Amino acid sequence: MNQPSNPIANADRRDFLKVSLGLALSSTGSISMMSLASAEASGTLNAYVNINADGSVTIYGPNPEVGQGVNTSLPMIVAEELDAKWEDVQCEAAPVQQQYGMQFAGGSLSIPMRWDEMRKMGATAREMLCRAAANQWNVPRDELTTADSMVRHGPSGKSAHYKDLVAAASLIAVPDEADVRLKAPTDYRLLGNRISNASAEGIATGKPIFGIDAKVDGMVYASFVKCPSIGGVAKSANVETIKTLPGIVDAFILEGTPGPISFDIRSSNAIQSGVAIVGKDTWSTFKARERLEVDWDLSAASQDDSDAIETEALAALAAGKVEAEIERMGDVDAAFANAAMTAEATYSTDFVSHAQLEPQGVLVSAATSAVEVWTSSQTPVFITSNLAKLLDVSPGNITIHQCRGGGGFGRRLANEYVYEAALISRRVGAPVKLQWKREDDMAFDYFRAPTYYRLQGAVSTEGQLTGWKNLVASASADGKTANYGAGYRPYDFPGKVIPNVAVEQSFVKSQTPTGAWRAPISNVYAFAEQSFIAELAHRAGQDHRDFLLNAIGDKGWIKEGDMASLNTARARATIEAATKAAGWGRKLPEGHGLGLAFFLSHSGHIAEVAEVSVDGKNITVHDVWVAADVGQVVNLSGLENQLQGSVVDGLSAMAAQRISIKNGAVVQSNYDSYPLLRMPQSPRVHVDVLNSGYRPTGAGEPALPPLAPAVCNAVFDACGERIRALPISKAGFTIV
Amino acid sequence: MTTITINGKDQSFNDIDPAMPLLWALRDHAGIQGVKYGCGLGQCGACTVWLDGFAVRSCQLTVGALEGRAITTVEGLATATLNPVQQAWIDHDVAQCGYCQAGQIMSAAALLERNPSPTDDEIDAAMAGNLCRCGTYVRIKSAIKAASGAMTASALFYNAMEAEEVSA
Repeated sequence: MNQPSNPIANADRRDFLKVSLGLALSSTGSISMMSLASAEASGTLNAYVNINADGSVTIYGPNPEVGQGVNTSLPMIVAEELDAKWEDVQCEAAPVQQQYGMQFAGGSLSIPMRWDEMRKMGATAREMLCRAAANQWNVPRDELTTADSMVRHGPSGKSAHYKDLVAAASLIAVPDEADVRLKAPTDYRLLGNRISNASAEGIATGKPIFGIDAKVDGMVYASFVKCPSIGGVAKSANVETIKTLPGIVDAFILEGTPGPISFDIRSSNAIQSGVAIVGKDTWSTFKARERLEVDWDLSAASQDDSDAIETEALAALAAGKVEAEIERMGDVDAAFANAAMTAEATYSTDFVSHAQLEPQGVLVSAATSAVEVWTSSQTPVFITSNLAKLLDVSPGNITIHQCRGGGGFGRRLANEYVYEAALISRRVGAPVKLQWKREDDMAFDYFRAPTYYRLQGAVSTEGQLTGWKNLVASASADGKTANYGAGYRPYDFPGKVIPNVAVEQSFVKSQTPTGAWRAPISNVYAFAEQSFIAELAHRAGQDHRDFLLNAIGDKGWIKEGDMASLNTARARATIEAATKAAGWGRKLPEGHGLGLAFFLSHSGHIAEVAEVSVDGKNITVHDVWVAADVGQVVNLSGLENQLQGSVVDGLSAMAAQRISIKNGAVVQSNYDSYPLLRMPQSPRVHVDVLNSGYRPTGAGEPALPPLAPAVCNAVFDACGERIRALPISKAGFTIV
Repeated sequence: MTTITINGKDQSFNDIDPAMPLLWALRDHAGIQGVKYGCGLGQCGACTVWLDGFAVRSCQLTVGALEGRAITTVEGLATATLNPVQQAWIDHDVAQCGYCQAGQIMSAAALLERNPSPTDDEIDAAMAGNLCRCGTYVRIKSAIKAASGAMTASALFYNAMEAEEVSA
């Protein structure tokens, strides 16, 4: 990923790396070719490609699979350049090893960061097979062609399957990069097609492929009980009583790491204090919790109250309390002074939880110095070094197995449950399967931060959006910097597009851990920005689509060569495609409304139009039309699935998902108090993938941010009520 | 001791708490891990199995109450070939993370056992108890319709074959 020539999602990458991970860009990065050919003949052509004796081709996916489809799409890229027959390809999760570089899943970066590397891996392996055939047949290399795992020599009619060439090919020196030709996109046979997930059959037949499924001989089960008020410390507990309960083999206090909860997930191995209960099966440990009595020291615990945070934030915005300037362009005061129309509105969003379906479940064997971990982590690359410090073992003695994750969405960027399990395993001297209850998962999340915006807009006499002010109130532990995922990132729109822009920052104290939640920052900011632009259009008496297109303008690339940058032509194309598909401007049935939103995040230009009907406070979302430009399509089925899913997930979050905090503790505990959208509430979703020809970028996140504003704009169109707070249940609305 | 028929085979559970939910007995004591833990409250449907042919939440059933009953899990759904619902799930590339899908498949297959040609509203009603945070409901619905079509076509075929035999 640190190839300087690779113009991937720089802004999103930068934010992701700096804000979320703090990755050292100088670290291993993507590897590449194995530097030397093997000394012995084998089926292995490089770290990603193994051609087996039966003709099947094993291709390793380096990045964690948490539902974004990369254990299919990354091998597809290799297979395309390798000309492997897809039906014979077996996609495997790569082991966690330095040669695979930055093995993490986040920032919608897997595809863009691996695009060059995976193509070169496939093409290099193919070149080695061709050279082996050229040697065997004594024919010029340039007369050879490949397809369906076969090398062919047209003039002589000779052909050979890769399996019969690989032994010789594995002994050939790895070709120079300059001698390896990559295909032109017009020659792609596999990329751009709809390919079913490589694990589809395993999933449909119940194979034990998730982190929660890992088992090993001699393992025991554990539950870990932490203080509901985040950061509280266990002083004492009735562990002797707990030890006598049926099925329980041990119980003890883990001291935890002193100080506030850290989100330094790169180098932190911090865990909260708590009581470990170890038993012969999961249920015994869960049942024993009912008898557990703990005396908590609350002196260092969070005292957050989410209602108070909201009150303080809204008061700060109303008072115009500016504590830092984020960006300034042009002469904002003049733009507002000279405007034909100005408007102002305040938008707010609440804490939300990740609520991925698989609660944290991890198996760690740390009884000896040979440590093994089976986990669904999104950042396995960080576990080795942190566990080595925590357990005082050599990093070389730690083996990490990548398991499929039952949803990630940013939650599994942090690995604290792995460190909890490791300490419990070390203490009991056996492999430990630590299973968090759903209630643990909801109480000890790195939540999406609540964020508040006071937006002001100025429209000129020509009807153009000429001035934009945004005062952002962000949660902050120290009152000086926004907590992780709580800030603002200087977006190209409006910052580099509207002529006069001021974005300023206010802080509100909060100790609750926050983190990356699918499309961090964008997922809340897009709601405010794209709703407010619709408000301005309405007040200016203009059609929303025309006003938005006018505001975006036609500058082209805002930063040429940076895939994360706004390209106004790509933006316009998605807006035009989505509105055309939705029949923008058509006469709607009584009570129906159409709403539009556009947002660029994670390098994905996405426009969405929602059609809703409103009956009192009941909203039915009938259809959502998505137009997406994420560049070259890798797996069309996987991409469409991400777009459809982002719409449903976005609707799920905006409907009624809200985490409230009292006395530093989370109030909601399970899906009964924290609802996910259910099938009857789910809309029809129509996706239109635009083939812009640009480099491929990720699709796991960018289609989520436009959904909430598109729906809220449609609600306004239907009934005239403007929703300015998420979730919409706060204003009494229900998605039915 | 409790003996339950699981995927056609008798399985005895010795020395475990009769109050243990079937979910955990299957996962920790019977080597059946297609059934997933999501909430423990019957809210999410990830642990859906069949009890005597009906879709139920295995986190809400205690082992001790199931003496002599028959349980089918996603591992036991296929016969000589995959169940049409499983095949449709693969063909429609339904899954993202896949964690909830075994439960979704068990609910869908139970629906089609009783109602081979469900309407959209009937599908919604039957599937409302199964959550998916990845948001694959769009594809779940299309896969159910495809499986419904396959099952209906198959039923028509066999009915026609039987009719041939009768008339021959």
